[in-house]
Amino acid sequence: MKLSRRDYIKANAVAVAAGVAGMTAPSAASNLLTESSKTALTWSKAPCRFCGTGCSVMVGTKEGKVVATHGDVKAEVNRGLNCVKGYFLSKIMYGKDRLKTPLLRMKDGKYHKEGEFTPVSWDVAFDTMADKFKSAIKAKGPTSVGMFGSGQWTVWEGYAASKLMKAGFASNNIDPNARHCMASAVGGFMRTFGIDEPMGCYDDIEATDTFVLWGSNMAEMHPILWTRVTDRRLSAPDTTKVAVLSTYEHRCYDLADIPMIFTPQTDLAILNFIANYIIQNDKVNQNFVSKHVNFRRGNDDIGYGLRPEHELQKKAKNADKAGGSSEMSFEEFKTFVADYTVEKVSKLSGVSEKHLVELAELYADPDRKVVSFWTMGVNQHTRGVWCNNLIYNIHLLVGKISTPGNSPFSLTGQPSACGTAREVGTFSHRLPADMVVKNPKHRAIAEKIWKIPAGVIPPKPGFHAVLQNRMLKDGKLNAYWVMCNNNMQAAPNLNEEGYPGYRNPENFIVVSDPYPTVTAEAADLILPTAMWVEKEGAYGNAERRTQFWHQLVEAPGEARSDLWQLMEFSKRFTTDEVWPADVLKENPEYKGKTLYDVLYKNGSVDKYPLEQTHKDYSNQESSDFGFYVQKGLFEEYAAFGRGHAHDLAPFDTYHKERGLRWPVVDGKETKWRFKEGSDPYAKPGSDYDFYGKPDGRAIIFALPYEPAAESPDEEYDLWLSTGRVLEHWHSGSMTQRVPELYKAFPDAVVFMHPDDAGKRGLRRGQEVKIISRRGEMVTRVETRGRNKPPKGLVFVPWFDASQLINKVTLDATDPLSKQTDFKKCAVKIVATGRA
Amino acid sequence: MKRFLIHITTTIGLLALASTAAFSDGAATLRQGEPIASEPQAPKITKVENNDVKRVRNYPEQPPTIPHKTRDYEISLNANKCMSCHARTRTGESQAPMVSVTHYMDRDNQVLATVSPRRYFCNQCHVTQVTAPPLVENEFTDVENIIKGE
Repeated sequence: MKLSRRDYIKANAVAVAAGVAGMTAPSAASNLLTESSKTALTWSKAPCRFCGTGCSVMVGTKEGKVVATHGDVKAEVNRGLNCVKGYFLSKIMYGKDRLKTPLLRMKDGKYHKEGEFTPVSWDVAFDTMADKFKSAIKAKGPTSVGMFGSGQWTVWEGYAASKLMKAGFASNNIDPNARHCMASAVGGFMRTFGIDEPMGCYDDIEATDTFVLWGSNMAEMHPILWTRVTDRRLSAPDTTKVAVLSTYEHRCYDLADIPMIFTPQTDLAILNFIANYIIQNDKVNQNFVSKHVNFRRGNDDIGYGLRPEHELQKKAKNADKAGGSSEMSFEEFKTFVADYTVEKVSKLSGVSEKHLVELAELYADPDRKVVSFWTMGVNQHTRGVWCNNLIYNIHLLVGKISTPGNSPFSLTGQPSACGTAREVGTFSHRLPADMVVKNPKHRAIAEKIWKIPAGVIPPKPGFHAVLQNRMLKDGKLNAYWVMCNNNMQAAPNLNEEGYPGYRNPENFIVVSDPYPTVTAEAADLILPTAMWVEKEGAYGNAERRTQFWHQLVEAPGEARSDLWQLMEFSKRFTTDEVWPADVLKENPEYKGKTLYDVLYKNGSVDKYPLEQTHKDYSNQESSDFGFYVQKGLFEEYAAFGRGHAHDLAPFDTYHKERGLRWPVVDGKETKWRFKEGSDPYAKPGSDYDFYGKPDGRAIIFALPYEPAAESPDEEYDLWLSTGRVLEHWHSGSMTQRVPELYKAFPDAVVFMHPDDAGKRGLRRGQEVKIISRRGEMVTRVETRGRNKPPKGLVFVPWFDASQLINKVTLDATDPLSKQTDFKKCAVKIVATGRA
Repeated sequence: MKRFLIHITTTIGLLALASTAAFSDGAATLRQGEPIASEPQAPKITKVENNDVKRVRNYPEQPPTIPHKTRDYEISLNANKCMSCHARTRTGESQAPMVSVTHYMDRDNQVLATVSPRRYFCNQCHVTQVTAPPLVENEFTDVENIIKGE
């Protein structure tokens, strides 16, 4: 029923009159409460829970509940703005199906792999779990236990987890879901610069006049950065330009001056063409290149990161030495890229010669500044590290780097992919501050800071994300803990690897999550988990900005944070049960101690008393363990990077600031790294100093175009690309539970070209099967809306738990970064025959 | 079938479910009981609500959801269709709500003559709503209910 304004006023007149007339009437009779003790809200800052942009939000609480959120006007990143997801953060914790008690699969009162989820106490949960971890280690050693973590873990959660696995269980089998999203970016940084993470910062957006998007759909995936790009582009229409490259048309094309659609995988050729164009047109910045750059030829034909018995792996000549490279001269590099002519690359990529030249000119023109942005299009790529290297190539050739507005900018997908996964080093091969397990000096540094005996951290890298699922399936990884992610939905090739791995009777799978996700369903034990502002946390965003927040509300029921779970679980192990016997023999003082004692009650993590926690905020973990847990973990962790170009400010500073960009030296953050004057680590007189490399020079790599692992053929005749949508974060476990976000984009669909639909006799809304060599998924055809694929390619978002597109995808990975290519495989589409 | 409100969080609910059907297969609420290995029928593409009735906001600073269809509304370098009704100068004619005053402010909170380009792409914050009921009930509480003790 619709009331007119007059009807509405009439209907309410009585209530209002009572309120106005009643000087003596009880205040509840008024139609507007004004008493400040009731109307005042408590406002606190917190970074957004979603993407890697790292917006700061103000969180309003009342009587123990989050009641409102809005963009933080004091935050440099977003200056008061949020995207639609950020504006609905206030609802993500309140889905009715929050998990409030541990759930164990049981039959006849006991754990059983085929049992049904039954509520149990934390003690029963941890005892069962500890028993499984201990028996796995006893039977097969520390490589039989593992953990899959997250770029959404807080900094101290990732750090505590890394310690528990590497220093506690003496296993490197810990990897974050950031492997699916940022590993190629890390590989690119390490290979070109010898140090991880972007040299520039978001200030580049206001300082530049050119934006080039390499496969990134910022309008949907980094909306607030897109508002800054839009602001810049529309404020200065005569001087700024936006070029957008992707394999299908999306919302970023609404702002594009140079819109380009390329055939999947040909980005490698386009990048080499730009290098060639710069050289052929004499636009190389000779002064910069001669002083600050080396040239190397990377090994080619490196395979596709598939199982070793796969034909493509057996055929690849450098599958076992993918990272190799050899010296070369500028002249040799010039000859190498000369092959990538505009005619040839236009034919290969489908981008017009005119647009290719316009694009190359943006980089070549000495009077233009240029920012390149990329995320999953470049990283989720079987040549992802190469693609990162090739983007750096073109910025280095013209010296457009490390100065305001000149910035090759690798964006991150997750809120702490940088802060936690990368900086803490929760990867199977890494340690904090860019160190690696295979380097004995790095292990020694970690063992010293961690106060554990030499020889505990194993030198061999552990199983990376995709390998973990393969090892679960093969029965080599038997006790497994998944935290803060939804990997059954997220990982590739669910049918052949993920699901059989989790349900393998030899394995015990634990999943910690606030909600019963698809991954939780595939588990044997589910642990109810506190989320976001139910705990004190820290995230690090894509511009090296570290941001803190306080615990603002209590978690429901018995839900506990990942940090509490990790530390509490460690109490159930003694060193004798998990450390190598010879190490203990040489260091008898560690014998019989619990992992909790040696990892967390070690004199540094427990250094700060409970009294130092903020009096206005709860801190569940610290109250429980009796010391300021987060501060102790953070300060111990910060010791890795201070003095080594990864300097973090003192703990307490971050609770006051809207984040700071590391390295923070003498209280000052660093906006542009590697440039003398703006980076305190750049040596005086160097001008530019790429100090991650021993000689201070970055590397330009000669790397060819090579085809994708799987391309369309006669039977599987379409490319499949997967990705996200604006309204949903990753697998939708939070955003699908917010009614407004659900109703904005309720179910996945397959976006396809109307002609491709027509050719198959399909119309919009029809139910279809998407079929690959690995599996199939049922969805509906969408021929209009925000994504407009070219003929020959379809796009399916992966947020929908009811439409698991990873039943279809291929687990081909970049052989260097081990990151999956979620953007390319071959599928066919047929009608289901139902309405 | 999708589109059911379900309530399985409480221990009681869990026990009830566990004792009846195989709770283990179908634990993932958002799959509406469909086990991981099987493929449910895909829900029909749902219509966008198009009745122009304002919806109550959850809190004052929430961006209002759009109560009408926006199909083929162009927002690009060339044009912004939304502003043809919601711009300050057009609201007399259109009787549409004027975009909030915040939308006229630049990054430094200075008011501009027209809508700020940082707010140009309306669809980053404002979304349409389909008619389907939510998959899972949300227990977010309106602050006015909290202070009234409801």
